[in-house]
Amino acid sequence: MGERVRGGCCPPMDLMRSEPMHLVQVIIPIESAHLTISYLGDLGLIQFKDLNAEKSPFQRTYANQIKRCGEMARKLRFFREQITKAEFSPAVISVTEADLNLDDLEVKLGELEAELVEINANGQKLQRSYNELAEYKLVIQKAGEFFQSALSSAEARQREYASNQSGEESLETPLLSEQEMTTDPSKQVKLGFVTGLVPREKSIAFERILFRATRGNVLLKQAVVDNPVTDPVSGEKVEKNVFVVFFSGERAKNKILKICDAFGANRYPFAEDLGKQAQTINEVSGRLSELKTTIDAGLVHRGNLLQTIGEQFEQWNFLVRREKSIYHTLNMLSIDVTKKCLVAEGWSPIFATKQIQDALHRATQDSNSQVDAIFQVLRTREMPPTYFRTNKFTSAFQEIVDAYGVAKYQEANPGVFTIVTFPFLFAVMFGDWGHGICLLLATLYLIIREKKLSSQKLGDIMEMTFGGRYVILLMALFSIYTGLIYNEFFSVPFELFSRSAYSCRDLSCSEATTVGLIKVRDTYPFGADPVWHSSRSELPFLNSLKMKMSILLGVAQMNLGIILSYFNAIFFANNINIWFQFIPQMIFLNGLFGYLSVLIIIKWCTGSKADLYHVMIYMFLSPTDELGENQLFPGQKITQLVLLLLALISVPWMLLPKPFLLKLQHDRHHGESYAPLPDSEESLQSEPNHDSHGHEEFEFSEIFVHQLIHTIEFVLGAVSNTASYLRLWALSLAHSELSTVFYEKVLLLAWGYNNIIILIVGIIVFIFATVGVLLVMETLSAFLHALRLHWVEFQNKFYEGDGYKFYPYSFALLDYEDE
Amino acid sequence: MYGFEALTFNVHGGYLEAIVRGYRSGLLTAADYNNLCQCESLEDIKMHLSATEYGPYLQNEPSPLHTTTIVEKCTLKLVDEYKQMLCQATEPLSTFLEYITYGHMIDNVVLIVTGTLHERDVQELLEKCHPLGMFDSIATLAVAQNMRELYRLVLVDTPLAPYFSECITSEDLDDMNIEIMRNTLYKAYLQDFYRFCQKLGGATSEIMSDILAFEADRRAVNITINSIGTELTRDDRRKLYSNFGLLYPYGHEELAISEDIDQVRGVMEKYPPYQSIFSKLSYGESQMLDKAFYEEEVKRLCLAFEQQFHYGVFFAYMRLREQEIRNLMWISECVAQNQKSRVHDSVVFIF
Repeated sequence: MGERVRGGCCPPMDLMRSEPMHLVQVIIPIESAHLTISYLGDLGLIQFKDLNAEKSPFQRTYANQIKRCGEMARKLRFFREQITKAEFSPAVISVTEADLNLDDLEVKLGELEAELVEINANGQKLQRSYNELAEYKLVIQKAGEFFQSALSSAEARQREYASNQSGEESLETPLLSEQEMTTDPSKQVKLGFVTGLVPREKSIAFERILFRATRGNVLLKQAVVDNPVTDPVSGEKVEKNVFVVFFSGERAKNKILKICDAFGANRYPFAEDLGKQAQTINEVSGRLSELKTTIDAGLVHRGNLLQTIGEQFEQWNFLVRREKSIYHTLNMLSIDVTKKCLVAEGWSPIFATKQIQDALHRATQDSNSQVDAIFQVLRTREMPPTYFRTNKFTSAFQEIVDAYGVAKYQEANPGVFTIVTFPFLFAVMFGDWGHGICLLLATLYLIIREKKLSSQKLGDIMEMTFGGRYVILLMALFSIYTGLIYNEFFSVPFELFSRSAYSCRDLSCSEATTVGLIKVRDTYPFGADPVWHSSRSELPFLNSLKMKMSILLGVAQMNLGIILSYFNAIFFANNINIWFQFIPQMIFLNGLFGYLSVLIIIKWCTGSKADLYHVMIYMFLSPTDELGENQLFPGQKITQLVLLLLALISVPWMLLPKPFLLKLQHDRHHGESYAPLPDSEESLQSEPNHDSHGHEEFEFSEIFVHQLIHTIEFVLGAVSNTASYLRLWALSLAHSELSTVFYEKVLLLAWGYNNIIILIVGIIVFIFATVGVLLVMETLSAFLHALRLHWVEFQNKFYEGDGYKFYPYSFALLDYEDE
Repeated sequence: MYGFEALTFNVHGGYLEAIVRGYRSGLLTAADYNNLCQCESLEDIKMHLSATEYGPYLQNEPSPLHTTTIVEKCTLKLVDEYKQMLCQATEPLSTFLEYITYGHMIDNVVLIVTGTLHERDVQELLEKCHPLGMFDSIATLAVAQNMRELYRLVLVDTPLAPYFSECITSEDLDDMNIEIMRNTLYKAYLQDFYRFCQKLGGATSEIMSDILAFEADRRAVNITINSIGTELTRDDRRKLYSNFGLLYPYGHEELAISEDIDQVRGVMEKYPPYQSIFSKLSYGESQMLDKAFYEEEVKRLCLAFEQQFHYGVFFAYMRLREQEIRNLMWISECVAQNQKSRVHDSVVFIF
């Protein structure tokens, strides 16, 4: 716990109670208000109260400035979007420009935006014509192919026809040919056609509508364009088809043109003449290359502009966010009737008073204001926020507690104990020093690369692991420790500290049994003797050990919880809670389960064979019976009777007096409502407590029912919570059994085949099973169970957890909020 | 009456119901409207909206704002939400959700057809269409010259096709025809939707019948009032009324022969649920009728959220959001045109 003691300035137990806070009022002259808030934001030790809660955002004093900041933030977002689109990485090294003024920045941003927008517009225009030309070229090429193939097929047919005519003369051919020949020149209608590009996904619907609109009197030819084409209008890459529609008549043409428009099909003129086609293609290609160079030049220009923006982007962004937050804060202050000064109210820790006054003074000087800001402490009955000064080591543990509920102002903080008990209870369930070392290596990697990792964005799960790296570090260290006690290294026992104390009496005794083992040396000095493992009595021995150990740990932790409730009662000067809650609770818990713990220790020390279940059960069922062979110490029967009686007495003790005393207190309080104010220090601190009882409607039945529930909860909880600690044993058992299975049934089995491939496969399976199941899943489950033991079994003894957190106004926290 | 929706509804509909209830809690409240009504400029409105769920949609709009931008962005949010729900929905909820958009489809068809009749640019018309009622070949509507063509060319592919069966004529399109077409389509749509909800059964049918009946009655009254003094005959008028709702059938008979607004009023006051609406209006007044109907509708839609395990909430939510967007449009217009005194004329508070 040495980490908690930092520097000489702070009291040594500052995590036990949250920082003492006070409500302060600062009256700031209006001319220095901005600078003052900015300095206070740098300091980050004051939480402003919103004094204008009833005003809507745009009615507040500094709404205009906020709007300006919002506008600038929008421009910055626009820049960022442009920069990422252009695939620049915004330069991290920002040039520290001397004091950038907000007004200057606004003008500058405006100019830059206008320039960028113009460049973009020009670029778009060029790009559009470029794309149009590119499409045109495609159309000419593809449509040219149609005409060519149509031409060649027509020629082929003609040749075929000619050859037919000259060759064999069947019955049908002359008829057909005559028809063709006659119809062609005379009745030929001039067919019109339209060429263009249509998006591929719409092409079927396009064809259908064309067919319907002209009643089938069209010929549509489509050709697939292999590469996606950039659409001139939207600028996106779209898969398109080139089409040629042949039609006849003016009405049909109108319809077709309209349909083309409706489908977003771009039409392009097309010359039938082959020579003209080649010419157009040449022209188009020439213009395309010209446009290309122009566009490239534009891009370079744009790139340069974005580069310069990118260099200062971070700085501007920070400045704008900072200014915005300053004006937001200024909006929370109430403005004086004379409009000469602003009045701020807020919570700040008492230790920060000097720093705040300093900041105020500096602000006054720097802004050349004639009047100093006035700083005064207000007295209030409101509950102050809870503020723990944590460092990177303790913060993760405090988070564990806060996740359950933020401590009430100045109540005992379980976080202090969580730092040690949490990893320890985890390790009891995760005892294996091989796994512990793996965990340690993983977390050491995180800790060594801390600087680098904390600056970059991690994934969701990684973020969580990284945040809890110090928790995991302690968890790993403790599980190495408990692993040494359990003597398990990937479930294999080692004779680390000395040889096993037992050895075989003769050759016939096998390892699978303890029968025939005799003690030859001193007791194994630390942890479980390796000979227990893989012996027949391994489970009964270890189970009994771990079960008893769980009970001992549980009773100890619950006692700690109750003792903390005593400290709370002392701190808040609440005598009723000491006499009618703490004492009977202590008696009840220790009379039953404390006694059990004592019996366990006696049994361990004396090696007695007494059955503790029997003792405990018959202590209730027939307390007057003789104990017989279950007697552990003389006078046990009397002791048990006394303890039982005390436990029985403590139940009504918890239940009855407190509600009546509260009623009495309330009545008396009511009677002397005009009595002089109490002036001593302690009554001030307990004020909120009395307050909440005094001014609310005092409903006796409600208080009584509440107390009844509390009592029942505690009495039943004493039993169920103690039983709940047995999860320590259960998980530890599961962990060691699982790792034994993986070791024996995978690794040893593979080893036994004497085959290198099987061995490799076996090792791979073993590694994956160990990492996946034991290191990840088991860690998670042991973590959750340790969490539960803290939240429920430990904290329900004393923790109220109905406070609210201290959120100081601080620029340092600004980064996290906006992201 | 009740099926066992509670038992099985959540299998498919539970997630989306939770989503839609979450969306609903994002609707602007009376406090929001009060603040919005006090705004001095569109910038103020933007600033206030940025604290609501519209924030992300408006935050990147450059400064000289227009009413249309605000409305467009707000509608975009509704459309996004709708699309998200539609993606997640399974049958029959997805069909139900699609039914909600048919009304907009009808309006869009009418808008485009009327627009082309008056020779407006198709692109301009398309921008005015409600995005929920868009379908692929909507732009092609401009090609059609008469109803038959309209149907044969375009609408046969859309879900509106069955509703057209009653209004296929070869007459050329004119304003009167189009209006009749709109109402005929709407009638067919409402009846179809009503039948569909009846088929779904359970709480959905109960709640949706109520809402749709109100909608049908409102349309009947509007048709009557709008057709007073036009050349529409009584029989034609009666044909446009939907064949369900509180007014069906006797109220329709009387409405069909009503010749002025006070007669309509006389008809409606015989129906207790509508008494309260008309009692707010003075005689001969029809201006405020719309608002009164909207208010009543909002009240009924809000009630739909009081019950669980039915699809009515989706319909109600979409309608409430649309009402909210109408409110925002009205407020923005009033603010933009410095008509702040009239701001309360048409705003319907939802909560």
